[in-house]
Amino acid sequence: MADIEINGKTIKARDGVMVIEAADEAGITIPRFCYHEKLSVAASCRMCLVEVEKAPKPLPACATPVSDGMKVWTNSPRALAAQKNVMEFLLINHPLDCPICDQGGECELQDIAVGYGNDVSRFAEIKRVVKSNDIGPLIVTDFTRCIHCTRCVRFGQEIAGIRELGATGRGEHMEIGTYVEKSVSSELSGNIIDLCPVGSLTSKPFRFTARAWELTDSAAVSPHDCVGSNLTLQTRRNKVMRSLPRANEAINETWISDRDRFGYVGLNSEDRLRTPMIKVAGEWREIDWKTALEQVVKGVKKLIDTQGADQLGALVSPGATLEEMYLLQKLMRTLGSANIDHRLRQIDFSDQDLLPPFPWLGQNIEQLEKVNAALLIGSNVRKEQPIIGHRLRKAAIAGANIMFVNPVDFMFNFPVAEKLIGNPAQMVRTLAAIAKALLDITGEAAPEGLASLLENISVGDTELAIAERLKAAENATVLLGALAQGSQRLSSLRALSVLIAKLSGARFGQLSEGANSSGGWLAGAVPHRGPVGQKTSVTSLVDASVMLEHPLRGYLLMGVEPELDSSHPVAATKVLNEAEFVVSLTPFLSEQMKQYADVLLPISPFSETSGTFVNIEGRWQSFAGAVAPLGDSRPAWKVLRVLGNLFDLPGFEYISSEQVRDELKASCGQAESSAEVAWRCPADFNAVSVSLLRVGEVPIYATDALVRRSEPLQQTQDAMAAAVYLNESVATGLGLVDGDIAQVVQGGGSVWLPVVIDERVADGCTVIPAALPETAGLGAIHGPVDVSKN
Amino acid sequence: MKALGRFFKSLFLLELLQGLRLTGRYLLDRKITIIYPEEKTPQSPRFRGLHAQRRYPNGEERCIACKLCEAVCPAMAITIEAEPREDGSRRTSRYEIDLTKCIFCGFCEESCPVDAIVETRVFEYFGDKRSDLVKSKEDLLAVGDQHETQIAADRAQDAPYR
Repeated sequence: MADIEINGKTIKARDGVMVIEAADEAGITIPRFCYHEKLSVAASCRMCLVEVEKAPKPLPACATPVSDGMKVWTNSPRALAAQKNVMEFLLINHPLDCPICDQGGECELQDIAVGYGNDVSRFAEIKRVVKSNDIGPLIVTDFTRCIHCTRCVRFGQEIAGIRELGATGRGEHMEIGTYVEKSVSSELSGNIIDLCPVGSLTSKPFRFTARAWELTDSAAVSPHDCVGSNLTLQTRRNKVMRSLPRANEAINETWISDRDRFGYVGLNSEDRLRTPMIKVAGEWREIDWKTALEQVVKGVKKLIDTQGADQLGALVSPGATLEEMYLLQKLMRTLGSANIDHRLRQIDFSDQDLLPPFPWLGQNIEQLEKVNAALLIGSNVRKEQPIIGHRLRKAAIAGANIMFVNPVDFMFNFPVAEKLIGNPAQMVRTLAAIAKALLDITGEAAPEGLASLLENISVGDTELAIAERLKAAENATVLLGALAQGSQRLSSLRALSVLIAKLSGARFGQLSEGANSSGGWLAGAVPHRGPVGQKTSVTSLVDASVMLEHPLRGYLLMGVEPELDSSHPVAATKVLNEAEFVVSLTPFLSEQMKQYADVLLPISPFSETSGTFVNIEGRWQSFAGAVAPLGDSRPAWKVLRVLGNLFDLPGFEYISSEQVRDELKASCGQAESSAEVAWRCPADFNAVSVSLLRVGEVPIYATDALVRRSEPLQQTQDAMAAAVYLNESVATGLGLVDGDIAQVVQGGGSVWLPVVIDERVADGCTVIPAALPETAGLGAIHGPVDVSKN
Repeated sequence: MKALGRFFKSLFLLELLQGLRLTGRYLLDRKITIIYPEEKTPQSPRFRGLHAQRRYPNGEERCIACKLCEAVCPAMAITIEAEPREDGSRRTSRYEIDLTKCIFCGFCEESCPVDAIVETRVFEYFGDKRSDLVKSKEDLLAVGDQHETQIAADRAQDAPYR
């Protein structure tokens, strides 16, 4: 600790910090533009010049380390004169277009100019004008306003890991731009909008629509991934105008992904369902809530009376709130059916009885950046959970070995130590080989049943290297990603991952789909367990995929578009079309929904309801609605509560969503986060012998109904086009070349898609993205597929 | 003695005559009332009447949707919604002044960086319904178009003092 004096106030500063950090901690404000606590020091704007005792000239506070006995003045006449002069220089070229600048009202330059600027400029010459380029559908540039703080450039290099923006030229001729004329395509790119102290980089969807002073802030939690990034939703006249990060060091620091930042656009989509609707003789009719709910009760009662309660099933989106899931499962179970599931894209459920109370990361998100080694299995973490990807990137830069076992050689923005890219059917064998290598290294005995299976597994060099690196690392983790969660061999993958983690002393963790999969497990939105992992007495377990394979007569859907969200879109659509009675509680209307549903109930998306998301760390994050529900839509927990009353069921007397949460929380106590999975030996390691396997990657901007309706995100490069991605040799084998239109036949469906040659895809498989309207006519998103030229 | 004085004052109607003298003076004096609406009182170039939105001489509307008038309005009478116009410029898609709320303080005019919103000399307007007094962008632009000569002359006259 160093004792320093700032403005005559003695403060204790940590050794090695810069004066500006010490001042910030002590609550002394020093004006700055280029300094940002999360970025490296550039000391280029010179706005933070302060007077330091015995220094001949004012020094930049952001680049001057503290030393014991240092005396600093931030507002002495000399410091003030220096700051005012810097301000005058900055304003020489800054245009006076504040009235049409989107940053107006929240501009750091504007704010500081009030304190340090001159009212009249002494500069009478012509101001410079810089050409701005189009860098994509998310960010607007206006480089004439740029003051060359280079925060965006440093962000690209240090945080996003892609050098997309750069500065060329010097002095007045310095310009920010993309090196090559192209758009910025990082999944975290939106953060440069927040970083930019002036209006050089502003949000395109938000452009010109509102001023900072008109907006009301509400705290929210991201509904798009299992990280649970903290958001601030800014609203005006009952409309969400934009979404910004809310700093939370434990989760998202000060960043959010573009999906969280621009997903809000979907909230105001034309597709929003505004009034309850019922189908009368094939015609859709708008109707009041009372009649609609009575229809639901009538239909469900009739179904239960004639077919039995076990013919009723519920599918709920993993992005629904904890309260909604809890009430839905309570409704279902009280009606006598345990057929409820939120794991819509999962196929293999065979190890579900062995699993801990809820899928857990195995550690805190913050701990991820401290790991020395990490093995990710079936994960495109950078696009699936951008914030987790960022944490792992930090670890990788600090020297950690990040390793992957994937069907596609995904691009990562950090060095990858080892990777095994192979056919998903081979993934189990690959993991078995790693486990075998670890067994050899540790000399431990193989768990029950495994030894004989491992006999004919050969350990390759990479497998060995992965095993060694995991074992050598003091702080390691093994993470099972979203691609693995959809695998046909999920249980084997999971068993082996847990084994690998155990043998190498690493922590095992899972990265689940949706914002609230952990909450789904805790709330009991799984068929085999009630809330908080209680064992239920139900014998026949009907999980999401079985529900689709063995059709039930009636379905309740909540926030789900099964044609896009399910593991088998064709089967899902067929089953729903054939069902007698389908009720869909949904914020959005789609054409398919109009075909299979009988009653449509408009429910609120996350911005219009109170609720709780449990993130992958097991952190409960509650939020209140930011705006009132649109039109006649209502928060789903209220709809379910009233449904409970109309069915005359006991225990539906809640008056607030907090009551629902507290009821669950009380029964939970503090539900232990556990990654313990009991060992059950996989039956075999044989690869399914098929000619071509589909890898149904869910593109980053197709994960849920809300994101799919965010137009600006759909225009980005990351929004994968529906196509057949395969490597050259597989394509040649099928007689296809880049640009061909190929027929894809799968699960009773057939679509025509363009062929894209992509060398990142492993042999024996093809990436055909799931959750896109163009591929909704196909079968199992992870499964055998036929691709042919005609 | 006092009572005697009062007696004579009231006997000779002195106070009444004093009052009548004033009345008589004004009766013969030059008249200051006008016959409205045939005659009108003179107006200051700073008169704050009905609002108008101005255009540039080339016909382009001046307003750039900076929303300063909306922010400064003490009566919250102004409502603005903005979006990029087809050519990419910043424009209002809705600009309304609720004249039933407006207190004609002139702050909107003063805050406007492009002299788009102004208060004209027009004070004779009415509405059949309350909603007639919520002036839309089109209404305001029409007022501006109609009175542009006068508006411009008034701004020019006031310019040295601004």
